[in-house]
Amino acid sequence: MESTKKMKTADEIKVKRPVSDYIYTIVFAIISIFWVYPLVMVLYNSFKSKKFIALEPFALPNAESTVQWQNYDQAVNTKMDFMSALWNSVVITVLSVALILLCTSMCAYFVVRVKTWYTTVFYYLCLFSMIVPFQMIMFPLSKVTDTLQLNTPGRIPLVYLGFGAGTAMFMFSNFLKSLPLEIEEAAMIDGCGPIKTFFSIVLPIMKPTVISVGILETMWIWNDYLLPYLVLKIRMFMTVPIVIQYFQGSYGRVEWGAIMASMVITITPIVILYLFLQKYIIKGVISGAVKG
Amino acid sequence: MEKIMKKNPLYFCLFLLPTLLAFMIGFVIPFGMGIYLSFCKFNTMKDTKWVGISNYVQIFQGDDAFGHAFWFTALFAVISTAAINVIAFMVAVLLTKNFGGTNFFRTIFFMPNLLGGVLLGTIWKILFNGILVSMKQTLTSNATYGFVGLLILMIWQQVGYMMIIYVAGLQGVPDDLKEAARIDGANDKQILFQITIPLVMPSISMCTFLSITNGFKLFDQNLTLTGGEPMHNTEMLALNIYNTFYSRVGYKGVGQAKAVIFFLLVGLIAIIQLRFTQSKEAD
Repeated sequence: MESTKKMKTADEIKVKRPVSDYIYTIVFAIISIFWVYPLVMVLYNSFKSKKFIALEPFALPNAESTVQWQNYDQAVNTKMDFMSALWNSVVITVLSVALILLCTSMCAYFVVRVKTWYTTVFYYLCLFSMIVPFQMIMFPLSKVTDTLQLNTPGRIPLVYLGFGAGTAMFMFSNFLKSLPLEIEEAAMIDGCGPIKTFFSIVLPIMKPTVISVGILETMWIWNDYLLPYLVLKIRMFMTVPIVIQYFQGSYGRVEWGAIMASMVITITPIVILYLFLQKYIIKGVISGAVKG
Repeated sequence: MEKIMKKNPLYFCLFLLPTLLAFMIGFVIPFGMGIYLSFCKFNTMKDTKWVGISNYVQIFQGDDAFGHAFWFTALFAVISTAAINVIAFMVAVLLTKNFGGTNFFRTIFFMPNLLGGVLLGTIWKILFNGILVSMKQTLTSNATYGFVGLLILMIWQQVGYMMIIYVAGLQGVPDDLKEAARIDGANDKQILFQITIPLVMPSISMCTFLSITNGFKLFDQNLTLTGGEPMHNTEMLALNIYNTFYSRVGYKGVGQAKAVIFFLLVGLIAIIQLRFTQSKEAD
């Protein structure tokens, strides 16, 4: 690390372009406005009436266009029942991710350690499932989940465990394959069974992978639209993406005000969480992209 | 360990069975049913009637919308993959230089990926319509608007994601290698093409793989931004399949057959793409 730093400074002295560094910073600052502005636009439009949002989304709220907190009131209390959708999204995401992490890490451990025909077949089926687009199974899946009554926020995590197993199994197996057996053998000699070995030795070593898988699955499930839309009981249980899409459905009478307010309520905690967890999120994305 | 876990069925039940059961319910059974149903005519699961390959014949003989969706999707996937990866790579090269604010800019560019397709589609629909309203147009008055709009949206979203992967790849290129080349008289361009790019080939193949499959499978953004309007002209494959299932009565069998074709297509692209880049990596 020390040597690379020295090298870079030497490099800079040789090329002598400190001015260009400032130019880079300024150019990127201008470009990043295009990345921040859409979110700022949502924020200030959430205080405007729906007519003004649709006609002049770039204008800041003024005395004529402002409705103060009315959009928030509408989103939370009346038309949309947005808070129950938000709650459903949180419940579904938390339960599903917890279930996926627990079950697939244990399953990957079994598959990697016990080499027989059925674990091999299962492993390759998991890899295969990663390239199958959701449209391929969406109709039969919605029928199966209806029959098995998996159509509530409390039960849909089982569906996510099934459909999301591929990525998680792949990432956990990759890690476990590189884990030396000696550690576990030492634990066994000390009298640990497979359960104790897994939870007190293997799982703690796997922690970085657990975090990465957790991040990737969270980003997927939290933002997922079609699976919960088709699986959950229609109209009874909505999630955030479903509500936001649903209230754009009827043409002409789009509740832009309420939609803007709900997007602000959704985006704000995510952005705050991201600023705290970005190190882990970025690590998760990178390790998800590394092939085995 | 292996012997103990193999001998006692308790460990099989505890470790493997929960995931296996869920995988059966959430993937294997629906997948098998999906293949079977593509050869049937049905509206619900109770009135399935085997019709052989007639669903497939119907698609290839006279489904103009599906053909249009295919070309629209293919064009979109190719253009967006090229644009996203070129831009993301350039941004990553610049953001691994030593100037003020690189970490901040990386953070900002990645942010759209946290929001999900429905929210992004909604935000950009408002932005595009806000611009087009001055020309007395909307995003759905012309299929070109829809195509370009979708392209801008996906570039805006995915550049940050791919950039993160490229940055990680670029940081793995040893500085002394570049330094040695420079001492030997190589210029910046030669260093980039002869040293950096070959060494980050794994990242390039991963990113092109991700963006081309994302492009083909795109659904949420397509649904919220234009919903396929005008006249199904901006409808991509996934949305066309969805509409065949849920907006047309009596076409579920055809929809399922389309889904099988779609799956084969995505699988084929994934295999070709991975083969192609792997052969490049080997050089």
